[in-house]
Amino acid sequence: MQLKLKVWRQDGPESTGRFETYDAVDIKPDMSFLEMLDVVNVRLVESGRDPVTFDSDCREGICGTCGVMIDGQAHGPWKGATTCQLHMRAFRDGDTIVIEPWQSAGFPIVKDLMVDRSAFDRIVASGGFISADTGSAPDGNEIPIPKPVADSAMDAAACIGCGACVAACPNSAAQLFTSAKLAHLNLLPQGQAQRFRRTEDMVETMEQFFGSCTNHGECHEACPKEVPLDFIALMNRDYLKSKMKNRKLAGQVFP
Amino acid sequence: MTQTISLDSKVPTGPIADRWNNHKFSVKLVNPNNKRKFTVLVVGTGLAGAAAAASLAQLGYNVKVFTYHDSPRRAHSIAAQGGINGAKNYKNDGDSIHRLFYDTVKGGDFRSREANVHRLAEVSVNIIDQCVAQGVPFAREYGGMLDNRSFGGAQVSRTFYAKGQTGQQLLLGAYQALMEQVGQGTCELHTKVEMLDVVVKDGRACGIVTRDLTTGEVQSHSGHAVLLATGGYSNAFYLSTNAMNSNATAAWRAHKKGAAFANPCYTQIHPTCIPASDEFQSKLTLMSESLRNDGRIWVPKGIDDNRPADQIPEDERDYYLERIYPSYGNLAPRDVSSRAAKRLVDSGHGIGPLHNGVFLDFSEAINRLGEAVVRDRYGNLFDMYQRITDENPYNMPMRIYPAPHYTMGGLWVDYNLMTTVPGLYALGEANFSDHGANRLGASALMQGLSDGYFVIPSTISDYLADLLGDPVVPTTDPEFASAEAGVSDEVQKWLSVGGTRSAEHYHRELGKIVWDYCGMARNRTGLEKALSEIPALRSEFVTNVRIPGDTSVNQELEKVQRVADFFDLAELMCRDALDREESCGGHFREEYQTDEGEALRNDDDFCNVTAWGWTGQPGEPSKHVEPLEFEYVKLTQRSYK
Repeated sequence: MQLKLKVWRQDGPESTGRFETYDAVDIKPDMSFLEMLDVVNVRLVESGRDPVTFDSDCREGICGTCGVMIDGQAHGPWKGATTCQLHMRAFRDGDTIVIEPWQSAGFPIVKDLMVDRSAFDRIVASGGFISADTGSAPDGNEIPIPKPVADSAMDAAACIGCGACVAACPNSAAQLFTSAKLAHLNLLPQGQAQRFRRTEDMVETMEQFFGSCTNHGECHEACPKEVPLDFIALMNRDYLKSKMKNRKLAGQVFP
Repeated sequence: MTQTISLDSKVPTGPIADRWNNHKFSVKLVNPNNKRKFTVLVVGTGLAGAAAAASLAQLGYNVKVFTYHDSPRRAHSIAAQGGINGAKNYKNDGDSIHRLFYDTVKGGDFRSREANVHRLAEVSVNIIDQCVAQGVPFAREYGGMLDNRSFGGAQVSRTFYAKGQTGQQLLLGAYQALMEQVGQGTCELHTKVEMLDVVVKDGRACGIVTRDLTTGEVQSHSGHAVLLATGGYSNAFYLSTNAMNSNATAAWRAHKKGAAFANPCYTQIHPTCIPASDEFQSKLTLMSESLRNDGRIWVPKGIDDNRPADQIPEDERDYYLERIYPSYGNLAPRDVSSRAAKRLVDSGHGIGPLHNGVFLDFSEAINRLGEAVVRDRYGNLFDMYQRITDENPYNMPMRIYPAPHYTMGGLWVDYNLMTTVPGLYALGEANFSDHGANRLGASALMQGLSDGYFVIPSTISDYLADLLGDPVVPTTDPEFASAEAGVSDEVQKWLSVGGTRSAEHYHRELGKIVWDYCGMARNRTGLEKALSEIPALRSEFVTNVRIPGDTSVNQELEKVQRVADFFDLAELMCRDALDREESCGGHFREEYQTDEGEALRNDDDFCNVTAWGWTGQPGEPSKHVEPLEFEYVKLTQRSYK
């Protein structure tokens, strides 16, 4: 295949960016999208030019490191797949492909297609955990967890933190990411003690970095793990409850 | 620089089941109020690193943790699919700590320390409990109890799993525990920095030098102890199941500062990966070993058979694992299964367009269980396969072939996980300790978490207690200044070569040599050839590589430093493979095999660990040997028939 790439190049967070066009020649349909970029980059390096900076690591869709806008779609045209899982058979010979970084004030551009997603880590650090210091755990079977609950928690925990939800959202909202972490922990019996404290802290940290949700649902469409929108509803419900539950004298709280 | 290296394993004596407990009682302690006077540097945030950093911060130590990723959650532990072993015996199928210990020693082909493995088996049950408490969503049965499945190399079901994403869920558990400490200010997190040197003063590790991958700034950090949890070196093969950025640089730089490197030739080639499709391939994708629970592996009986799988009648198929190893069948251990696949492909039975694979067939399981059950168990793996190959595994068998996956070799450590440099520790895949010459499935996650959650928090105080009252070595010390200068000079050296080829090109060429001569099967002639080809390629590499750009964000610069270290390490792998004149586990020397083509150990001469010291020149390592003793598991020829 012979393709044209229109790639966003930007030297640093404060620099002005621009599109540059590159030819991607002799591309095979069995290559992954990032292998295609590797080939382009090796040719750039060996011809003395600056290669395109982009993030990637596991190349099997689980680490969440990669992610670019491909023809305006986060992670490109395949549903339920990350950029590294996209293969070139998704394109046709002669196509022009537009490649841009995630665009959100919460994700400043580092260089070219690489962005800084540390805001996600701050949201987790504010409450995305169950406090269980090493050594303090009871037997794993002490608390039976109904299979549907464990399965739902797993569906939420499948989030890879790639940021496609934010990139796809017209408001740059991070509700799908935050609600996935909250649902994972708030659904499980082990997570009940900190449920409402966690919800309040994580939601309020999220709002320092990201926009508001107006129920477009673009996040779910772009999500490579297809995290359900229902978790956002659960988060909103728990956030509302947290405003009453997080009182010193509220005593034992139940969902 | 030649150091004296002494390999004192510090393995406790006494009955094996009591050793770990007795050892914990005998180590020196640091009282809770004094812990905050110690600074511990942790490099790497995979299972071992994140678990160690979180647990040490919980105990009250000052912890600083470093990763080259943009977030600790991205470490490659996240990609582990299948599961984690725990000797819970929830299935009432005869499992016990002793059986897990026995299986792991035997699975490692009798090249690991009995005491270490027993500790691992003991701690395995605590790991499961700890992870459940953190909210790891392990698979459950309808009654709410934890579910288990079986895995290669074992005849009991002791593997806990979270769909096909067990590594992800365990890492998120450790990451969340770590981020809790970061949020509380008890642990300082440094992302996007790469460790490029260990600083040693007066014979003790006292800090590290890092390069910031965003700004290019070279920085020193001092601590009372340094923990390396930086993973393995499978990317020395170029094509492996490791992540693109997985590298051996931290471990190798530690080696150059005096840490002995043990058993580098013990590399694991995982039997079930998607075969390479073309020369541009950047990595190989693993298909979880759990697929072998329900998939049957076969090749056509005929040579160069080009018919599609469904047109090959049953009596013309060779289900070779079931035929050769009837009692373990498709669940034979990884080294055994990989070699069997290689033998059949090499003798012309390979399938697929490049004749470079074997079939993994689910048709029998789909008939027996129904497609829905198979989808429930393996759906995400099937989808992954289909995306990569454009073939539907529900209708036609998967094509698989072995690929480099894990390295059992690594930095030599004693029972406390300390390397040969006092104050420098190695955890998880970065050390050599528990898997011998072959790792069993679902044991890597177990070992990483064992080292991080339970071993290091108990053993590190033994070293730190003697340092009470000593401040850290200031980063203004000349040792730090010279290490910083070394790193800056190295960066400038690469930027000024101005050759014609990319670092990627040389990595790929190096990988071909290592795979061809030090891969699944090795022999003297091949290894000697590799030992002459690697230095030759290296001299071309250092004069002809081209690194564009400057010291700010520069992925080519990151790569070239890692590739340079892979060159040195690859040479040591080949030297070790040549030196070890026997076959054991993942190290298969063609000269040493049984009549049936299985690995033939030489326990008289090689029942030991080989640890190599750095002498200043790659290719001229010093050799040190730690003998292994087996009191509880009888040395036998491994049989899975």
